[in-house]
Amino acid sequence: MASGRDDFIIAVRSAFLKKSNKQQFSLLALIIFSILLIFLSNLNFIGIKYVKIGVNEATYRLSAIISYPEKKLNESFIFLSEYFNVYKENQNLKEKVDKLNAEKLSYTFLENENKKLKEIVGENTNSSDLIISKVLIDKDGKFLKSIILNKGSKDGIKKGMVVLETNYLVGQVIEVNYTTSRAILISDLNSNIPVVIEPGSFQSILSGTGKNYGKIKYSKNKLLLNEATIVYTSGSGGNFRAGLPIGKINNEIEDLAVEFFSDLSQLSYVKIQSIEGQTE
Amino acid sequence: MVQKNLNLKNKLIRYFPLILLYFSVLNEFDIDVPSFGLLSFNLPFIIIFYWSLKDPDHIGSGLIFISGVLNDVTLGHPIGVSSFIYLIIIAFASYLRNITLRPNIYKDSIIFLIAILFANSVNALILSFIFFAEIIFYEILTNTILTFLLYFIFAKMFNYLKPVSA
Repeated sequence: MASGRDDFIIAVRSAFLKKSNKQQFSLLALIIFSILLIFLSNLNFIGIKYVKIGVNEATYRLSAIISYPEKKLNESFIFLSEYFNVYKENQNLKEKVDKLNAEKLSYTFLENENKKLKEIVGENTNSSDLIISKVLIDKDGKFLKSIILNKGSKDGIKKGMVVLETNYLVGQVIEVNYTTSRAILISDLNSNIPVVIEPGSFQSILSGTGKNYGKIKYSKNKLLLNEATIVYTSGSGGNFRAGLPIGKINNEIEDLAVEFFSDLSQLSYVKIQSIEGQTE
Repeated sequence: MVQKNLNLKNKLIRYFPLILLYFSVLNEFDIDVPSFGLLSFNLPFIIIFYWSLKDPDHIGSGLIFISGVLNDVTLGHPIGVSSFIYLIIIAFASYLRNITLRPNIYKDSIIFLIAILFANSVNALILSFIFFAEIIFYEILTNTILTFLLYFIFAKMFNYLKPVSA
């Protein structure tokens, strides 16, 4: 019995402390160093922050180059599958264009009317700058749904800026380096966005699910929402401008699920928007 | 000239596991299965466990530590988490190496399964309790199972590579 315990202790000691000729560090020393790094990261230690920015700059570029063949392969596969559906899609699109043309006329009228009413009420129409950025990496991590963008602090990117694809909200900038930045996607589990649900103007919170859709949470009243219901940002909290379209309700996926207008797995170019007066 | 080409080939084979490790930490592998969605597996776990078990001098602990830092940066995790997890995998492999007299793929794979279950649990605990990140446990479980199943294939592949790269 004592011999068995001794063997165990010898094996553990050998695993953690012994280093061979070619090894520079013992395992125990590296484990202690990594625990120290984790705690310093948690305390937002300033040295770690600068090391991280330096490593980020090099790694993001390198990772983008290495991911390039896989990205191209995926794109080719999607292109081929889309090619076979092109006729059917064309018919649908023609119908949609006719409908949209008709709707556009009424929207132009409503937009002008809205502008006038805002002027009367005295609400500021925030002017915004748009920065077009390429998505360098769009890897789906197990713990974080985010994208790496090829614009950083030198291009005027700041933490908290809104990321859009066409005009749909897709995320928010959470980390800024000199030439690159990272944006958390609205599908991430940690993403919670104050939204307004139209028609009806219900205020609620849209949470990410870690999948390609979101979910309406914290609604005061039991909502009865159908497929025609659109979800927009409400502007509460000051993190997002009000009225950015996000998605539509799709109860087929899950109860109160929001199907995003943008395909978050296929982002290649995005717009980064700063809003004057937005808190940073 | 022939000797020079041979040296280059030998060097490439020698450093293949290290290149594959750095390639995989900078580019996470996913397999898109229509009925299951996006399945991912952790190739760095397989490479680190296999080479720490069979030939610890092949990829040094320091290089594995650095690959963990790069993985944290790529995936947006706090710095040091992946390095710590990779070192746990090395610890399991080193312990198994010290207690094993006659190596056997099935014994190795059982310890590998225990190691990745433990490593992923520690990873989830660090991210949820220290950094307050929300986690999808189903994805981690599928990742763990797929990594375990693929260990057999990669171990076979590395077995062919080991005598050449030694």
